[in-house]
Amino acid sequence: MTRAAAPAYLAGAILLVVVLGPLPLLLTRGQVTLTGADFAALRFTVMQAGLSALLSCLLAVPVARALHRRRFVGRGAMIALMGAPFLLPVIVAALGIVSIWGARGWLARMGLPLPSLYGLQGVLLAHVFLNLPLATRMLLQGWQAIPAERLRLGESLGFDPWARFRHLEWPMLRSVLPGAMLAVFLVCLTSFAIVLTLGGGPKATTLELAIYQAVRFDFDLPRAAALALLQFGVCGLAVAASARLVRDAGFGAGLDRSLAPPAPAGWRRGLDGFLLLLTAAFLLLPLLAITLNGLLGLPAMPAQVWPALARSLIVAVTCGILSTVMALALALAVAKGARGLEYMAMLPLAASSMVLGIGLFLAVQPFVPPAALGLPVTLLVNIVLALPYAFRLILPEARALQADYGRLAEALDMRGLARLRLLTLPHLRRPLGLSAGLAAALAMGDLGAIALFASDGGATLPLLIQRLMGAYRMEAAAGAALVLMVANFGLFWLFDRWGRHAAV
Amino acid sequence: MKTQFLTAGFLVAASVAHAETPVLNVLTYDSFVSEWGPGPAIEKAFEAECGCDLVFTGSGDGAALLARVQMEGAGSQADIVLGLDTNLTAAAAATELFAPHKVEGDFEIPMGWSDPIFVPYDFGWFAFVYDKTKLTNPPKNFTELAASDLKIVIQDPRSSTPGLGLVMWVQDAYGENASEIWMGLKDNILTVTPGWSEAYGLFTNGEADMVLSYTTSPTYHVVAESDDTKAAALFDEGHYMQVEVMGKLAATDQDALADQFLAFMVSDAAQAILPTTNWMYPVRTPAAGLGAGFDATPKPSISLLMKPELAMNRQDWAVEEWRSVLAQ
Repeated sequence: MTRAAAPAYLAGAILLVVVLGPLPLLLTRGQVTLTGADFAALRFTVMQAGLSALLSCLLAVPVARALHRRRFVGRGAMIALMGAPFLLPVIVAALGIVSIWGARGWLARMGLPLPSLYGLQGVLLAHVFLNLPLATRMLLQGWQAIPAERLRLGESLGFDPWARFRHLEWPMLRSVLPGAMLAVFLVCLTSFAIVLTLGGGPKATTLELAIYQAVRFDFDLPRAAALALLQFGVCGLAVAASARLVRDAGFGAGLDRSLAPPAPAGWRRGLDGFLLLLTAAFLLLPLLAITLNGLLGLPAMPAQVWPALARSLIVAVTCGILSTVMALALALAVAKGARGLEYMAMLPLAASSMVLGIGLFLAVQPFVPPAALGLPVTLLVNIVLALPYAFRLILPEARALQADYGRLAEALDMRGLARLRLLTLPHLRRPLGLSAGLAAALAMGDLGAIALFASDGGATLPLLIQRLMGAYRMEAAAGAALVLMVANFGLFWLFDRWGRHAAV
Repeated sequence: MKTQFLTAGFLVAASVAHAETPVLNVLTYDSFVSEWGPGPAIEKAFEAECGCDLVFTGSGDGAALLARVQMEGAGSQADIVLGLDTNLTAAAAATELFAPHKVEGDFEIPMGWSDPIFVPYDFGWFAFVYDKTKLTNPPKNFTELAASDLKIVIQDPRSSTPGLGLVMWVQDAYGENASEIWMGLKDNILTVTPGWSEAYGLFTNGEADMVLSYTTSPTYHVVAESDDTKAAALFDEGHYMQVEVMGKLAATDQDALADQFLAFMVSDAAQAILPTTNWMYPVRTPAAGLGAGFDATPKPSISLLMKPELAMNRQDWAVEEWRSVLAQ
């Protein structure tokens, strides 16, 4: 281990302890029993996550390409808005989907003959709504990372679109797509409220629900831990599969000049436009419904929304920055060849937030009353849970940076802060901004493990929304959800803007 | 720097002042302590008479509460757990973490009440709620509901208290024929949500004709929103009840104060707060009555409730039956 890699190993160790530490604490409390229903849940979980990942990423390919090669008014806004669905609190997103696609939704009221939303189709629709933007952003970054020199070379060789795809875009996709698929798969693997709400019945049961049930009704902690291990197993297989599929694009270094990519005219232009319009409508309509409902609810909103918002913002900003710092350390080390750390960085994606919460609870409870630790635990859990996303966004460019400039930097004996300041930060500013924004917004929308630690004072905004809904105040909750969405998105936009105004 | 010392000094002073007044820790579900729940008013009223500091800690919902108590074991900070129901009391008693109560007198609960450990503080009936302006002829029992083409939203019994209540309701009313009822209801169930909020949200969005909730849900809309369009369908097989209870932990270091709190919760002062904050019926009608909204709410003529031991034994089996029929 080199000295420079020390922060990365520290970050890896923190992840390992927080994510895997709970399992022995739970497992040692008795016998493990798994039933046939658990394996049915496993099958359904893997199936829906696999289909969601496939659909989201396959659709993201033409969308990202169209976004990359077309220039139009509102393009920047569309790219920025791409972040929004993924950042919504799950229940808000679900109600937004229902407002459009439901039995009494906008489309149904326009007289469109829609199949029922509730079932596997509804789960997939919601997962694509939430994850298509994430996948698109990841692929868009891939396209942007193709050096201008290669594009120019392609043009001078007279590449037609097919040749361009084969020699430039396909290698890029081979390097980026597996990671994007993996990320979406793992998000959907632990999806819980969406799957249940839109799943139509107990056929749509995921492992996460089984874990929840084991803890809540049977207080069977070993069973919960065993199910969590099963979830990790699936995650491990997925990570391994994706690692086998990844091929380094091998474009080599360019001179960091950006070039508007060649944009074929004719029917391709029309197709791109149509695609972008459809995607925008698909993503924006539910957001519009949430906004309209929210505006109606604003007057009903209680004053507690504002202190809750402030608390959420503090958590979000802290988490965004710390998560990104940890992810950067890990990504740089992985780019230099520490492959083991890559697995650690992806680990939290498969973590059950229920098991994570209980593990931390059992760990601290002999020493401190858990309610006193509400805020630090919230921070820790959110940093850990957001880290894989940040890591995934930074890694491809960290790899490219290492491949392109690593040897030069070594030759110049450039290291430590100097290297960070002169080489790493300027080149990675774009993914760093994006990942900090994403981590911050994720932390803001998340409820997850903190429910166990929450005390009477100091509710965060998502918890407040849940309380409002639980107290019949659906309108006020819709208003507060709008506030959350706007704040969340604003935060994401600020970080992302910082990144996109990168020097290079 | 100065402000830091100031804060430190203030905190020390505050903790000294704190140490002089005894603290009673009550562990409850989150919606009880929320700004719109009974928590704040109960705290104010009890602190006025106990000379103590009442601290509510909200954590998840009823079922999650018991899990948390078991996790904490005898080392728990809590003196009282408030918010379990009769589906959980047998399991809770079996943990041997709870101590007998000293509350005397009767409770106005339809099925009566006697339990050495748990004291009830409010109760309600599960029911399907609908919109009167959209549905003029609601079903009168599960068979009619199953025969209709009405769409309902229910909650998952594995993650939600009302969801479990419905499974116990069908089980109690139909026994061996419960699976036939579920078979019949299958095409009426639009979806099954993880919690009450999602289901009620779908219903108010207009997605479903009926939602599983409580007979007092329409009362909320009348009293708090002056909206009388919602009603609960009364079923002639009877309605399953939810009785919410509290218990004193055996490991409490505030024994007398805990007893005082249990007695307070069934006294007039607390019972008057509960109806319009928790939207459940009090176990002792307050002197001032329940108010027009509650008086106008129809009550079921038949109440159903399994004895705690029976409920505990039937629960796993009934949920599995529900799951296997609906998953087919």
